[in-house]
Amino acid sequence: MFDKILIANRGEIACRVIKTARKMGIKTVAVYSDADKNALHVEMADEAVYIGPPPANQSYIVIDKIMDAIKQTGAQAVHPGYGFLSENPKFAEALEAAGVAFIGPPKGAIEAMGDKITSKKIAQDAEVSTVPGYMGLIEDADEAVKISNEIGYPVMIKASAGGGGKGMRIAWNDQEAREGFQSSKNEAANSFGDDRIFIEKFVTQPRHIEIQVLCDAHGNGIWLNERECSIQRRNQKVVEEAPSPFLDEATRKAMGDQSVALAKAVGYASAGTVEFIVDGDKNFYFLEMNTRLQVEHPVTELITGVDLVEQMIRVANGEPLSITQDDVKINGWAIENRLYAEDPYRGFLPSIGRLTRYRPPAEGELGEGIVRNDTGVYEGGEISMYYDPMIAKLCTWGETREAAIEVMRNALDSFEVEGIGHNLPFVAAVMDHPKFISGDMTTAFIEEEYPEGFEGVDLGEDALRRIAAAAAAMNRVAEIRRARISGTINNHERRVGEDWVVSAAGQSWPLSIAADKDGSDVTFEDGASLRVEGDWTPGDSLARMTVDGGPLVLKVDKITHGFRIRSRGADMKVTVRSPRQAELAALMPEKLPPDTSKMLLCPMPGLIVKVDVEVGDEVQEGQALCTVEAMKMENILRAEKSGKVSKINAAAGDSLAVDDVIMEFE
Amino acid sequence: MKDILAELHERREGARLGGGQKRIDAQHAKGKLTARERIDLLLDEDSFEEYDMFVSHRCADFGMENNKPAGDGVVTGWGTINGRMVYVFSQDFTVLGGSVSATHAQKICKIMDMAVQNGAPVIGLNDSGGARIQEGVDALAGYAEIFQRNIMASGVIPQISVIMGPCAGGAVYSPAMTDFIFMVKDSSYMFVTGPDVVKTVTNEHVTAEELGGASTHTKKSSVADGAFENDVEALAEVRRLVDFLPLNNREKPPVRPFFDDVDRIESSLDTIIPDNANQPYDMKELILKVADEGDFYEIQEDYAKNIITGFIRLEGQTVGVVANQPMVLAGCLDIDSSRKAARFVRFCDAFEIPILTFVDVPGFLPGTSQEYGGVIKHGAKLLFAYGEATVPKVTVITRKAYGGAYDVMASKHLRGDLNYAWPTAEIAVMGAKGATEIIHRADLGDAEKIAAHTQEYEDRFANPFVAAERGFIDEVIQPKSTRKRVSRAFAMLRGKQLKNPWKKHDNIPL
Repeated sequence: MFDKILIANRGEIACRVIKTARKMGIKTVAVYSDADKNALHVEMADEAVYIGPPPANQSYIVIDKIMDAIKQTGAQAVHPGYGFLSENPKFAEALEAAGVAFIGPPKGAIEAMGDKITSKKIAQDAEVSTVPGYMGLIEDADEAVKISNEIGYPVMIKASAGGGGKGMRIAWNDQEAREGFQSSKNEAANSFGDDRIFIEKFVTQPRHIEIQVLCDAHGNGIWLNERECSIQRRNQKVVEEAPSPFLDEATRKAMGDQSVALAKAVGYASAGTVEFIVDGDKNFYFLEMNTRLQVEHPVTELITGVDLVEQMIRVANGEPLSITQDDVKINGWAIENRLYAEDPYRGFLPSIGRLTRYRPPAEGELGEGIVRNDTGVYEGGEISMYYDPMIAKLCTWGETREAAIEVMRNALDSFEVEGIGHNLPFVAAVMDHPKFISGDMTTAFIEEEYPEGFEGVDLGEDALRRIAAAAAAMNRVAEIRRARISGTINNHERRVGEDWVVSAAGQSWPLSIAADKDGSDVTFEDGASLRVEGDWTPGDSLARMTVDGGPLVLKVDKITHGFRIRSRGADMKVTVRSPRQAELAALMPEKLPPDTSKMLLCPMPGLIVKVDVEVGDEVQEGQALCTVEAMKMENILRAEKSGKVSKINAAAGDSLAVDDVIMEFE
Repeated sequence: MKDILAELHERREGARLGGGQKRIDAQHAKGKLTARERIDLLLDEDSFEEYDMFVSHRCADFGMENNKPAGDGVVTGWGTINGRMVYVFSQDFTVLGGSVSATHAQKICKIMDMAVQNGAPVIGLNDSGGARIQEGVDALAGYAEIFQRNIMASGVIPQISVIMGPCAGGAVYSPAMTDFIFMVKDSSYMFVTGPDVVKTVTNEHVTAEELGGASTHTKKSSVADGAFENDVEALAEVRRLVDFLPLNNREKPPVRPFFDDVDRIESSLDTIIPDNANQPYDMKELILKVADEGDFYEIQEDYAKNIITGFIRLEGQTVGVVANQPMVLAGCLDIDSSRKAARFVRFCDAFEIPILTFVDVPGFLPGTSQEYGGVIKHGAKLLFAYGEATVPKVTVITRKAYGGAYDVMASKHLRGDLNYAWPTAEIAVMGAKGATEIIHRADLGDAEKIAAHTQEYEDRFANPFVAAERGFIDEVIQPKSTRKRVSRAFAMLRGKQLKNPWKKHDNIPL
């Protein structure tokens, strides 16, 4: 076995590989750029080598720098993680030349699978199901109709140079094929100056399902079941699970066998993933093969018990596989949520900066399942603009899919991330979405279910009542503490009452609390009563309560007369007031947020570098209004529509916060 | 007897109704609560003891003799906030527009006298049309009586003003002399002369909101210390503030049970100082991570944001915090921030509230506007305030402490009790670049030499150890253990006794 390996990567995957290496008694070498000086993977590794400036093209993907680091440290093998150099045949070649083992497949396999056309050809030759289509160029509409019939409707007519939906048409019959061909061709000619067109099968109700394969250098290959990754946002996977709620045993086996056949056809030796698109009738078609460890590999590990990184290292060391296809079982269900530093309330805008708070749920057992969190960050660390904005991969395991989802919900509730915007509320909402719960989703899930973007979650009456009861109990603790201040007048101390009115999400619940030494009974106006227990004390940002016998974990911040509470993707103000306070609060006018449609708001904290317009200027849509510098990047803010500048509130040199009004329009 | 009791009941009911239901509804329609409703929100339930409910004015001019409502437009008395005594007056806009008459003023003066005698804060809820014009000089005399009491009570008991409606003309000067002024957004304004007069005299067109609304006074003029969305929030937050304040200058600040580990280690503070010395970081994160339960009551949050002032608790006891904010103007001291912090430091000193200072200051802001504005004397206010303060003073230098600003920010030389520095501290006369350009003027043309000299200066002074060698820094501490070290410092200083020489009063550069 190797004594020392180098991990040519950063972030969570570098940490992930180090963990397994450490378990195997192998020393590790990390590499880092200027931006990662204080990164977790550097801290975890036995050695670390500096490889240059933050941009990856000056550090992590510069082969020479990695080769130097190998030389310096005497590492015998390199794990490339994913991204960066992981699928770069030149890197594999350089390692080979230097006599250093590559913990990944042979160069030839990377090359073969790296090209879309070649890989499809190889797949066809290996009798892997591919999307039926005609790769050649189509001359005229008649030919288009003929080929469409051969493929079978519906078909997708696509411009060769296409992209972004342009030059793309779906046809369900001859007439549509004829028309679609013409319009695609015209559009392609206009948009790309290239009117070449091809036709392939249009996959309805598509789901993204992929097979994990593992091969050694001795001709052995197995498949380790599938992962479903249909929940994607703009082709970026967000939620993954294993197994898929959609596959049956026969389909699984067919996909698995074909995947192994493909891997063997290219002499594959390592862990790899064969991605398929699967339609509503369980027809599956090969998309591509990823010749590396996938981001979402933990869900496979959780249901199979196989440590894929360990297997990759062993294979790279020339060992034959110690597991056979029969050893591979499906044990329970695993789900992964990718936590991204992207603000779901602002169109998933990347949000970089300092993690002022980062407290993931404890790994290991939680309720009926298991929590695993793969991460490369820590509290006080930085999410940098230079790399993937992923914060962590939170995975849960349960006996059943339902159990795994439930563990995930609870794990998300107790996952604290502050300082930057992140998609935790969004994935929490997905975990409660009926379509996801039913398992009936396609790759269009996010587009279809959140067409206007994510606007938060409205909890149901039952959930709100549980939160109201918990808030009332917490408020009682806080108020009693306030009454225990020094300097009170003897015999005239404040008595904290039993009757309260809790308001949240536009509703109010008058209730009363009867407390005993273990907790309190909260009784609502309609007589319903909820028992609340928990050891929350003022200042705790996480309240772990038991309400009506069930767990309730809330993120809590103090606000005037109550709390800001975050739970299950909802984010709300919950006020707890005495009946008199509530009566008077009801008289307060509702203040509408200012109409921001005629304002230019600062989209991020930053420094105004330049204001391009003056009061009274008529601006046109798209015209530059001002430049804001944030995180060393200059962002030009442009007019969303034409109008006249009526007021400018900021000047060059001002530092602004998010949503500060920069200028107003008439 | 029964009839007499019934009459009392009836009279009380009448008085409680103030200006009558119609005016109460009008007040509500403006988004404002009545004087008594406000008291209900300010004080503990059923704790209000009202006095002078039946006082009425003595004016006999302009038909006033026929309009003598009980209470005369102000509700006065005392009650408790979380069991601690406070005096309160609440002007009743529904009664003669809350206008101040001789008797109205007399009611306020009565409770102010009691407050000073019995050692409890006075909270004034202001909602008044101004002096009662029908009374002429009597009303003005009434104002002046209140002013004189504000002055005498200053530094003896905390005085808090909440502006919950109009407050114009002479009326502004009573709040102006209290310790804190809070305003309600959209429904309160303060100015010496109103928009009409402004228009006549200077031809400026300005609305009442622009001239003296909450936004103006919290962001531009610094007259107000904070603003709240509505009456309910404002009064709840005043209660929260009172929990931080001692009842008078003879008592220690209050202590309450706390649920936070005194020895809490905050590892994330070890990475709060960016690698690049010119990159800002948010000082509020440090304050929140040091404070008990992350609870911080900020004063003048929206004004001179380059310095932060406010109250936290350590081990349950109030501590005043002053901190440079690198996020704004790089944390420079200037006229506005010096005035803001100086007033806060003097409040803390007057009421025995220990002061914690976090320093990251590159110096004073240069420029003609600063010099013409008198930054010399304004900066001196903060220097003076720190130097005269006898309360426990603990200082932590996190990064830059340059030049005169180093001296000003509660340095050892101004009787700082414990002066800590993080290892990232740089205590020097100025930044390395500036210093090099002066010391090595001759080499200015040679970039290489200058770079070498700059490095040399940095190596010498860009650290806390030169100051520590001289004892100006008592200890270099780890950022992550700041809460623990600072808490222990204040614990050690609980018995501090220090007196300034007797004087009639000092002559701070006003």
